[in-house]
Amino acid sequence: MNRQGSDGMTMIEKNVGRQQHRLARDKSYLQSKLLKPNKKQSLENFFGKAIAMSCAALLLIAVISIIYFIASKGLSTFFVNQVSIVDFLTGLKWDPEGEPALFGAFSFILGSFLVTVLAALVAAPLGIGAAIFMNEIYPTFGKKFVKPVIELLVGIPSVVYGYVGLTVLVPFIRERFEVLGFSLLAGGLVLALMILPTITSVATDAIEAVPQDMRNAARALGATRWQTIWHVVLHGALPGCLTAIVLGMARAFGEALAVQMVIGNTSKLPESIFDPISTLTSAITLNMGNTIQGTAYNNALWSLALLLLLMSLFFIMILRILGRKKLDNR
Amino acid sequence: MNTLDFDQGNTIIRTKDLSVAYGEKTAVSKISMEIERNTVTAFIGPSGCGKSTFLRSLNRMNDLIPSCRVTGSIEIDGIEINDSNVNIEGLRQLVGMVFQRANPFFKSIYENIALAPRYHGIRSKAELDEIVEQSLRKAALWDEVKDRLKESALALSGGQQQRLCIARAIAMQPSILLLDEPASALDPISTMKVEELISELKDEYTIVIVTHNLHQAARISDKTAFFLMGELIEMNETSILFTSPAQKQTEDYITGKFG
Repeated sequence: MNRQGSDGMTMIEKNVGRQQHRLARDKSYLQSKLLKPNKKQSLENFFGKAIAMSCAALLLIAVISIIYFIASKGLSTFFVNQVSIVDFLTGLKWDPEGEPALFGAFSFILGSFLVTVLAALVAAPLGIGAAIFMNEIYPTFGKKFVKPVIELLVGIPSVVYGYVGLTVLVPFIRERFEVLGFSLLAGGLVLALMILPTITSVATDAIEAVPQDMRNAARALGATRWQTIWHVVLHGALPGCLTAIVLGMARAFGEALAVQMVIGNTSKLPESIFDPISTLTSAITLNMGNTIQGTAYNNALWSLALLLLLMSLFFIMILRILGRKKLDNR
Repeated sequence: MNTLDFDQGNTIIRTKDLSVAYGEKTAVSKISMEIERNTVTAFIGPSGCGKSTFLRSLNRMNDLIPSCRVTGSIEIDGIEINDSNVNIEGLRQLVGMVFQRANPFFKSIYENIALAPRYHGIRSKAELDEIVEQSLRKAALWDEVKDRLKESALALSGGQQQRLCIARAIAMQPSILLLDEPASALDPISTMKVEELISELKDEYTIVIVTHNLHQAARISDKTAFFLMGELIEMNETSILFTSPAQKQTEDYITGKFG
C-alpha cells in the first residue's frame, strides 16, 4: 500500500529518509544539549535558591531572636531580680510596686486557662455541630450561606468583639445574674465567638476529608444518617476535629484586647464564673505602659509573656502530634 | 425481554417496569426481572449501561442521591420495597451490599464487623464475638486475621479488605448480597479467592453480582443478564447465554465486538 507522494517517493521511503536525517541531527544535538552548560538557567537557579534560602533564614532569625529576647527579659526576673520561680507561678498576690514587691502570677495563669477552656467548651460543640450541618445535613444551603457567614467572623477585628461584649454581654450578665458583669463568663463567651470560625472551618475540612465511600458503606449496612455521622464520619474526622479545637484554644489563649475589655482585670482569685479575673495577656497590655524598662516590674511582665510563648509552643506541639496521628489513620 | 418461566415460589426479587433517572437522564428504563433464591446472578454490560444503578435500587441506595428518581415496582419476597412505610434500614440489613472499592471503616477489624449488628440491636459481647468469628469464617478470612482482630482494618491487603467488606455484609445476616464489581480492583489471586467465596456463599444467600469481567460471570454465575443503554437485552442461564445468545447485541458483546 505504498501511496505515491508528489515527488515520486513512497511513504515508506520518505519516512526512512526522515528518520535517518533525524538520527544524524540527534547525535550532534544531543551532545550539545548534554555537554554544554546553560548559563542563563544556572544563574536563575542560583538566584532562586539564594532568595528562597534568605527568606527562610530571615524567618528563622526572627523567630529565634523573639524567643531569645523574651526569654532573656523574662528570665531576668528570676536571675537578676531574684524572684523565686515557684512564688511567681503559685503566688496569689500580685503587688509589684509594694514593699516588698510581690510577683504572684497564679491568678493570671489561672484566668488564661479558665477563659480558654470555657471558650473551647462553648465553641467546640457549636463549631463541630455547624460543620456537621454544612457537610452532612444540608450541604447546599450550608456551603452557600452558613460557611461564608461563619468565615466573615474571622475578619471582624477583636476590638469590635470586645466592644460588643462590653455593651451587650456585660450588661446582660449584670442584670440577669445580679453581679458585676465583667467576668470570666463574659470573657469566655466573647472568646468563644472569636474562635468559632476557626473551629468550624478546620472541622469542616476534616469532615469533608472522610471519604464518601465510608458513608455509603455505613448506609449500606443499614445505619441511619445519624448513626453514620456519629460512628463513621465523626470517628474518621476525630483527629481533625481535635486539631480544630486546639487551634481555637491557642487563639483564645493569646487573645488580649477583647478579653481585657470584658473580663474585669482584678488579680483576685475568682469564686465563680461570674467573678472578674485577669489573664496573662490582659495583665501585660494593661501594665506595660506604666513600667520602666529594666525594673523588676517590667521584667515580671516579660515573664508573663514568656509563659504565653511557652504555652503557644505547647499548643503547637499538640497540633504536630495530632497531625501525625491523622496521617497514620489514612 | 425476560422470556424465562421461573418457578414463582422460588423467586426472591421481582422487578416490574423499573426505571431509574438521574435528573433528566434515564439510567435504567423499564426493566422487569426475576431473581431466584440461592442463585448467583451476574449483570454484564458495557460501562454506563445501568447495571450498577439497577443493583443499587435493590437496596434503595439510590435514595442517597438527591436527583435520583425511581419508578416501577421492586418486590422482595412479595413486599414492595419502594413503599413509604418500608423500613429502609431493615431493608438494607436484609439486602447487603459490597462495593467496587474496598471501604473498611477507620476502625479495628473487629469493630468493622461488629458495627452493623450493633446497629441492628445486638448488644451482648459474647453474641458479637460469635458473629464476628462466624462472619470472618464464612468470608474465608478468619485464619488470616484471628490473631489481630484489634488491629486497624486498613493494615490489611486490598484483597483481605474486600473480603472483610463481604464479612461485614454477612454479619448482618442478610438474605441477599449485592456485589458491585467486587473484584475489579483486585489482583488475580485475590480475585480467585473472592470468586471461590461467592460460590460457597450461594448456599446461604442469593447473590447478585455486577461484573465487567465476562469470564468471571461465566465462572461463577447461574444466570446472566446483559444490559445495554439502560435496558435489559437478555437474561438466561449462564451456560446458554454465553454459548447461544438469542440477541445479536449480546453475541456482539460477549464475542468482543464492542464494549
